[in-house]
Amino acid sequence: MARLIAADRPSTLKVETGRLARIDVPMIVVFMAAASMIAIVVLLLLFISWQGIQLFVKDGYSPGTILSPTWDPLANTPAFGLLPFIAGTLVVTAGALLISTPLSVGLAAFLSEVAPNWARSVVQPALEIFVGIPSVVWGWLGLTTLVPFLSDTFSGPLVVSLPVVGKVFSMPGFLTGFSWLAGSLVLSVMILPTITSVSYDSFRAVPQELRTGSLALGTTRWQTIRHILIPAALPGILTAVVLGMTRAAGEALAVQMVIGNSPTLPAAITQPVTTLTSQITLDMGNTVFGEPWQDALWTMSLVLLVLSIASVVLVRLINKRRMPL
Amino acid sequence: MTANHSPASLHRRTSRAIVADRAATIVLWGTAAFVLLLLGTIILHFALAAWGVVSLGFIFGDPSDTALGGVFPVFWNSIYMLALTMLIAVPVGILGGIYMSEYARETGPLGLVTSAIRFAEEAISSVPSIVVGLFGLILFVDTFRWGFTALGGAFALTLFNLPLMTRLSEQALRAVPQDERQASLALGATKWQTIRHVVLPLAIPGLVTGVILTAGRVFGEAAVLLFTAGIGTPVHYDFANFNGFGLDFNSGWWHTSPWSPLRPATTLSVYIWKLNSEGLGAFKNQLADGSAAILIGMVLIFNLGARAVGRVLTRKLTAA
Amino acid sequence: MPTTATFPQPVIRRVEVGSSIVAEQAATAPADLKISTEHVSVKYSGKTAVRDVSLEIRERSILALIGPSGSGKSTFLRCFNRMNDLIPGATVEGEVCLDGEDIGDAGVSVVELRRRVGMVFQRPNPFPMSIYENVAYGPRRRGMNSRAQLDELVETSLKRAALWDEVKDDLRRKSGLALSGGQQQRLCIARVLATDPEVILMDEPASALDPVSTLRIEELMRELRENYTIVIVTHNMQQAARVSDVTAFFTMAEDRAGYLVEMGPTGRIFTRPAERLTEDYISGRFG
Repeated sequence: MARLIAADRPSTLKVETGRLARIDVPMIVVFMAAASMIAIVVLLLLFISWQGIQLFVKDGYSPGTILSPTWDPLANTPAFGLLPFIAGTLVVTAGALLISTPLSVGLAAFLSEVAPNWARSVVQPALEIFVGIPSVVWGWLGLTTLVPFLSDTFSGPLVVSLPVVGKVFSMPGFLTGFSWLAGSLVLSVMILPTITSVSYDSFRAVPQELRTGSLALGTTRWQTIRHILIPAALPGILTAVVLGMTRAAGEALAVQMVIGNSPTLPAAITQPVTTLTSQITLDMGNTVFGEPWQDALWTMSLVLLVLSIASVVLVRLINKRRMPL
Repeated sequence: MTANHSPASLHRRTSRAIVADRAATIVLWGTAAFVLLLLGTIILHFALAAWGVVSLGFIFGDPSDTALGGVFPVFWNSIYMLALTMLIAVPVGILGGIYMSEYARETGPLGLVTSAIRFAEEAISSVPSIVVGLFGLILFVDTFRWGFTALGGAFALTLFNLPLMTRLSEQALRAVPQDERQASLALGATKWQTIRHVVLPLAIPGLVTGVILTAGRVFGEAAVLLFTAGIGTPVHYDFANFNGFGLDFNSGWWHTSPWSPLRPATTLSVYIWKLNSEGLGAFKNQLADGSAAILIGMVLIFNLGARAVGRVLTRKLTAA
Repeated sequence: MPTTATFPQPVIRRVEVGSSIVAEQAATAPADLKISTEHVSVKYSGKTAVRDVSLEIRERSILALIGPSGSGKSTFLRCFNRMNDLIPGATVEGEVCLDGEDIGDAGVSVVELRRRVGMVFQRPNPFPMSIYENVAYGPRRRGMNSRAQLDELVETSLKRAALWDEVKDDLRRKSGLALSGGQQQRLCIARVLATDPEVILMDEPASALDPVSTLRIEELMRELRENYTIVIVTHNMQQAARVSDVTAFFTMAEDRAGYLVEMGPTGRIFTRPAERLTEDYISGRFG
């Protein structure tokens, strides 16, 4: 029988194929589809960067303009200080995170540690509907309910009649309701599902043995959540907060509709402020391509792009440095 | 060491820890109740606001200057933009998902490409939608000189939602058990045949869910469209008009055929923003409330639809 | 090999096996009784996992629960600190008493119960924190904040768990997870000791460890027996013979429910078992 497998016999396993046939067409097609995202990012960076630097290259403003507090595009020598917008974005986002993080992490802890099955099967679909509500709808809701509510309820100076605390809190009341606080409140609801679902996943990823280990030592469920689960899930919770922050900082229409769009540095949570996104939304359609005013808007979008790429890198760092516990 | 063995009653006075535990439990339940209540209130709010505004006449009627009128042109545009976007995003997203699930290597030079794709995926997801809109403005409107077109808007929406579609497809495909692939490969099928005839069919429930979820996001998006598909005043659409199908970019952006992808298209969400920012009409609030109610209704339909379709398809496929 | 003769005579009053009753009477003061169970059955979503177990455990003794896997030993063990409460769908019937007090009573604080009845698990499960914090975890949760007190407690607990010498130099720097498997398990024992328990439950504490670490754990158990009541689940019969005073043999009925076949002084169970099933199991004829 061994003779049959003679060396000079052509192998039946090696099918002769031409060069063309060896090219894996399906693989190339699916690869191009996936790699198109790299192309999109590269183009996005190129185009936005090119437009974003025109304010400095073509219009001759110094890069220090980014941190100047004066925004006056209609002056004889127009000033395009971006600080009010950057500061506005930061404070509105910070406010949203302060409101939303405890609520979202609490909700995640509830879903993961406390909720019976029936409660989870009610809350989770509700969160999905939350995610699905478009941002203009949030803005419209804020505009028609939250803003009048703030203005009606808290108009006049917010003076607390206590000796020391009163001084701290004697800030101006809501004039119209359009305010930093309104922006932060609307955003906090919009980022709630993001922070909740990512935190929830990181709670679920904590090994079950840590829970039983802690409970078996005679600790309560809350002690276990507080001292074991939250520390163990911390990288995931931080990731969730950064993702929420990114979403809040990049949100345009809902914020624009409720913060009052006053291009000055944020003074009090009861006062109108402005953000990078809302100023772009407002002015882009009213400016002419190539004029310094519009170039300043492109610079704002470059700042936003840099912030969002930085947040992606930040998330990666958080998860890479996830300590070997 | 016998002191610690003194019998102590298990019926202990409530300690601080137990009080804290009860308080925390109440607070956590309260959080969940608050979120549910908030959602319920929002839905109720729009239901009440839309009461007497939204009707079939409102959804399918033409706008009017003197009466409340309808929002059909913008509703049509929302549907049209959704279809146009999904036409591009679904195939590209699923194909990309196939690469990431079936072909992508994690090591070697191709591993670098894989991590570059993943980075791009995360980066696009985190870029603000308004910036994506501006990118569309500079690329489609200015560089390509299309002007404000539905097509430009659809492309901008596609590149904004491609990461989501790709990731959901990848997840759906990865959920197919490895055994199924091996069984097919062991029968002598090629890799592509295996993907085409074994993996894809099994992943259909997940893929459909992914498509519906992406569609829900596309439908409500506005910021991407402001400066790509344009912000216009709704006009009467004549569906018998096919002007604008010669792919004639030079005839300007004013194609009037509702079928043409080369005309501006204001969607429902953009319309709400427009009503707020420049709307002066007497019926501004009713129009915006009604449009918002339609959007929320569609969100509910998309969500429930994704669940129902996913369930039905899973049952069918697993029973077969 | 175990010198059973020197061990205190265990207390077994009544052990029921289906209809037959194996009774071994021993005169003891009730004060010596630490834990007793009466007709304890455990069901998971209606399926019986443990059926009708009644037994008594004397203070400062080591009881080994042996038997094939699936015979409900671990499930039964978890009745002593009500860990079955954490499993959805699990129900426990019958009565488990600690110092004569029914632990299933409505007013019983599970937190207090688990403080008094500590547990060591099959897989070492140190918390992702320093060795010091692992041991201090239980006392801290009970409100002990004094640095000096905690330092002392951590040291005595680690010494009693025979881990002190190996870790004393980097108590605060080294994570509990950076220790070897055997050290991790001793850390878990120290963690339990720091909460000042009376009973320690051990669910196959050495099954994930190498032979040397296993021997160290066994030595440790013999030392702990001076002060604590220990119940250990093991499927290693040599281990049961080496460390325990009393052995209880569990097996599975035809409906896969675990039950107690017989219980007695370890020396007797391994040399002259009363039941055919026990004899078959310890001589390796089972399964």
